Amino acid sequence: MKPVEQLRESMRKDRQWSFMYSMLDLDLDVSQGVILYLEGVSVSFDGFKAINNLNFYVNAGELRCVIGPNGAGKTTMMDIITGKTRPDTGSAYFGRTIDLLRLSEPEIAALGVGRKFQKPTVFESHSVFENLELAMAGDKRVFPTLFARLGGEQRDRIHEVLGIIGLQEQTHREAGALSHGQKQWLEIGMLLMQDPHLLLVDEPVAGMTHQEMDRTAELLLSLEGKHSVVVVEHDMDFVRSIAKRVTVLHQGSVLAEGSMDEVQNDPRVVEVYLGE
Amino acid sequence: MGVASVMRGDRGGQAMLAVLLVVAVVVPILNLMVPESSPWHVSTYTVTLLGKYLTYALLAVAVDLVWGYLGILSLGHAAFFGLGGYAMGMYLMRQIGDRGVYGHPVLPDFMVFLNWSELPWFWQGFDLFWFAALMAILVPGTLAFIFGYLAFRSRVTGVYLSIMTQALTYALMLAFFRNEMGFGGNNGLTDFKDILGFDLKSDATRIGLFLASAGALALGYLACRWIVTSRLGRVAVAIRDAEARTRFIGYRVDRVKLAIFTFSAMLAGVAGALYVPQVGIINPGEFSPLNSIELVIWVAIGGRATLYGAVIGAILVNYGKTYFTGAFPEAWLFALGALFVIVTLFLPKGIAGLVGMIRTWRRSRSPAESAAEAAP
Repeated sequence: MKPVEQLRESMRKDRQWSFMYSMLDLDLDVSQGVILYLEGVSVSFDGFKAINNLNFYVNAGELRCVIGPNGAGKTTMMDIITGKTRPDTGSAYFGRTIDLLRLSEPEIAALGVGRKFQKPTVFESHSVFENLELAMAGDKRVFPTLFARLGGEQRDRIHEVLGIIGLQEQTHREAGALSHGQKQWLEIGMLLMQDPHLLLVDEPVAGMTHQEMDRTAELLLSLEGKHSVVVVEHDMDFVRSIAKRVTVLHQGSVLAEGSMDEVQNDPRVVEVYLGE
Repeated sequence: MGVASVMRGDRGGQAMLAVLLVVAVVVPILNLMVPESSPWHVSTYTVTLLGKYLTYALLAVAVDLVWGYLGILSLGHAAFFGLGGYAMGMYLMRQIGDRGVYGHPVLPDFMVFLNWSELPWFWQGFDLFWFAALMAILVPGTLAFIFGYLAFRSRVTGVYLSIMTQALTYALMLAFFRNEMGFGGNNGLTDFKDILGFDLKSDATRIGLFLASAGALALGYLACRWIVTSRLGRVAVAIRDAEARTRFIGYRVDRVKLAIFTFSAMLAGVAGALYVPQVGIINPGEFSPLNSIELVIWVAIGGRATLYGAVIGAILVNYGKTYFTGAFPEAWLFALGALFVIVTLFLPKGIAGLVGMIRTWRRSRSPAESAAEAAP
């Protein structure tokens, strides 16, 4: 498009400027019951198509599991939703109105998209309490942060989350001294502190013992309804224990979607998993 | 927020400030009131030397703030120190007036020597102390802001950023070496006469500068403590330990880095401005990359991320430097290198970490000892 045409386009009276639109309207609209729309998304890295014409929807309040072999594009999909990677084509909307492709990572986080990394990353030299304090929703610009004081209500909220993730006894311990499983829970707690609408959880039970896995399943199930949760996981037993709906990714697009039983009996899914 | 709440839990810092207060009271008394014949007399030379160490200590605190807490290894902090120093040097040059060798009423000697007919625009206003003092803070701050804005926005981190800061200070050194820059070239600015009307050679002025340095160190220390004990300080440590995580919980990492880096550069500028009247000269050598590296070594030796460790490191290493360069001039760089290696290998937390190390060592020893005593 030539600059003149671009200018003319921006002057049309029947249209609002889309970049203004997305800045003005940052209220989450889930009136259609869908919180996340990924449509026709493709990304390639050096010619390799990590995501290939992906269509993926998440309903509000849903707990969704995403499975797929290595290299299926699970982590890249999360990168796109959180603004870390920009797709070559396609659209990503949060609710009906918010265009995620126009926002930066902190802006997306501020809107209520929380992300847990594959490898647990907590702030190791801070206490559990401080980790949650830093993650808390609020004004995160430089000067408000410099002058921030912790209010009683906020303190209560931190203790509430400590209860949800079961780390009350570790409140003042350094996060670096926690066990692997406890770090994973702390990280989920940090996501909860952001009051997120959508939680993206990447391999929450990798390296956990069976007991820890059960507790994690309980924790994630308790979030269902209040938050929309997308869990990416390899461990099939774990997925079976929490999932109502499962999406199978393969070579960057959706191979199958449905209940765990439906998906497991799908011949294409069997082929992808057993064919390896 | 009071001093007490900022210093809570910082035992090392409390001790450091207490020692600083005692020194600030005792040294002027021993210098001005005790006669020179007495063994208790502190010479003006020593006072100036101590004052110089204090400005170095302030510089080290500024470096520790960005390196220890924010994880940015700046190998160019001496550039901000030097710019602050030049701003003060320009004021002191203008104060010379017609007492220069050439006796020109306005132009400093080196400009007369270069056949310049009038003062360049960037020397205007430096006859006013408040303006020079402001510039000593604003010029380093602005440079740090522009540099940091570009670097942090592009997410340059780690060793790449360190190399860029080295390049920054090296570029400034080359620029200031040029006579056409209008900062005295090779020779820099020197031959100062007085500051705010006080003779720079008098004992009382020297004491005044020493006290100003001590005050600046105390205030700078408290300001840094205030930052690191605030939530912003915890965000800084979070960025140091897990930058991506900090971004994903909604902090603008580049802005936080920019704010703290700029503040640190301003502190370095203040240190430079106090340094110059005490040593009596500022030249492009201050921008040499080696200076910035040495400065990082002070902090490493004192102990990172403690702030007071930076003060200890700066004073101890510079005392060592003064002693060694006097006694064994050739050995100093070897001694510095050895010190750095020893500290890195055996004292990863620096001198400030020594107390904690001894404590754990004794704790681990004592059960074994009591068991040995109980055995026979």
